[in-house]
Amino acid sequence: MEDQRDRQNRIDRRSFLRIAGTSIGIGVLYEFAPFLERRAEASEMNGYFKKANGEAPASFTFAQFSDPHVGFQGPPDPLGTKAFESAVALLNKSPQQPDFVLFTGDLTHDADTRDAHAQRMQLFKKIAGGIRTRAIHTVPGENDAALDGGVLYREHFGESHYSFDHKGVHFVALDNVSQGSPQVGPAQLAWLKADLARFPKTAPIIVFTHRPLFDLKPEWEWFTRDGDAVMNTLAPYENVTVLYGHIHRHDVHQSGNVKHYAARSLIFAFNDPATNENKKQLPFDKDDPFKDLGIRLVTSKGPENNPADVGVNDIVLTKAEFAGLSGIQQMIKGNNSIGGSSSNDSD
Amino acid sequence: MILTKQLAVLGILGLTTGLFTYGAPAPARAAETAQVVKITASKFHFTPDRIVLAKDQPVTLQLTSADRTHGFMVRAFGIDTDIEPGKTTAITIRPEKIGTYTTICDHYCGLGHGGMKMTIVVQEASAKSSAAPVVSASNTVSK
Repeated sequence: MEDQRDRQNRIDRRSFLRIAGTSIGIGVLYEFAPFLERRAEASEMNGYFKKANGEAPASFTFAQFSDPHVGFQGPPDPLGTKAFESAVALLNKSPQQPDFVLFTGDLTHDADTRDAHAQRMQLFKKIAGGIRTRAIHTVPGENDAALDGGVLYREHFGESHYSFDHKGVHFVALDNVSQGSPQVGPAQLAWLKADLARFPKTAPIIVFTHRPLFDLKPEWEWFTRDGDAVMNTLAPYENVTVLYGHIHRHDVHQSGNVKHYAARSLIFAFNDPATNENKKQLPFDKDDPFKDLGIRLVTSKGPENNPADVGVNDIVLTKAEFAGLSGIQQMIKGNNSIGGSSSNDSD
Repeated sequence: MILTKQLAVLGILGLTTGLFTYGAPAPARAAETAQVVKITASKFHFTPDRIVLAKDQPVTLQLTSADRTHGFMVRAFGIDTDIEPGKTTAITIRPEKIGTYTTICDHYCGLGHGGMKMTIVVQEASAKSSAAPVVSASNTVSK
């Protein structure tokens, strides 16, 4: 008799995880249609998730925001929380609200005293609390948690690593900063292994964390010391996406079955590691205050296509978004409508 | 097995003396002794902030911290370690490739952390170095 897990494992990976997404400015809005209802294998997986957590798979949308660094004072950015607040306002204009929002670290900028840092965390919560969504999930960045082992962060936001299921997708929050050194650490790795063990190899999994889990640019601190161990743990799973922040710029990287997406920051951008020896914050441009804080639109080509064939629209914000003159629909439509200028990439 | 025991002994010695050398010593050329370079980390710099090493000569980097835990990462040499206050972390390397390498603190240590780095220059043993305290150099990471 065929074991149920074996049957689940042979489900065609194209059945799942289509980053259909859409991204909204300043943050990233992903849309997932994890299962194709008409496929027989999909109904098996539907049954699995329904049995596992009582929630059947369904299409849904979520957003990713990253690195607002609440409390940061320029240079280069004299606008403080303006981009963060504009991103919240922009998302709230969307007729399709995301099921939840992920924040991938550096919610706050580090502060000299515990009290000052706590105030920044409160301000972050106040601004993020204005998002029209059902839930907000966060992971810490170095600025939030690396100096005190994550004590203050956990007081404000709860555990720094955890997992949850949502409509047929398993989400894993990894903390690769709060030990001071840039690592997940053996205890969290063991937890990750145990957490994933209940899933078939074909289950759609989204990992969100702060630092890249691969060597993007080690001399700029764009790596995780035990990133290889994390990736080895994820390697048996066929449908894994990693969302992260930290680098304050767009990046897409493929390693094995895993695709890694970096989100833009909500405070300032860093320069391009491919063409620069030293890491630098890009200078503030008063004529283009949200420069390099653009948006990404990721669009599924439809269920008949390979989910790896994903259309991506990156939109660079302009003065119109800064002044709140354009809405999210204008931005999603892109094509140089009011404000945003768009470009199409294929990932 | 013998090697494992030897490494274990080295580890124990390292722990008991507060001086820890990663793994096996640099491949030996008989009678070759690693020079020692002392580097101190403190918020938010390394002292010295530039050293010059000679190609193919072994050197032991003795790392200490004057205040809190820092990191010491130079990927070209396969080094990525924490430097804890009150301990000496020793790493023996034998640099095999001429070049200039940036070393960073990769253990977050505060608001100035991002600028905490130093430079390791590797040059031919015969070349005169303009810099640095020490120097005769090394390479293979005995880590």
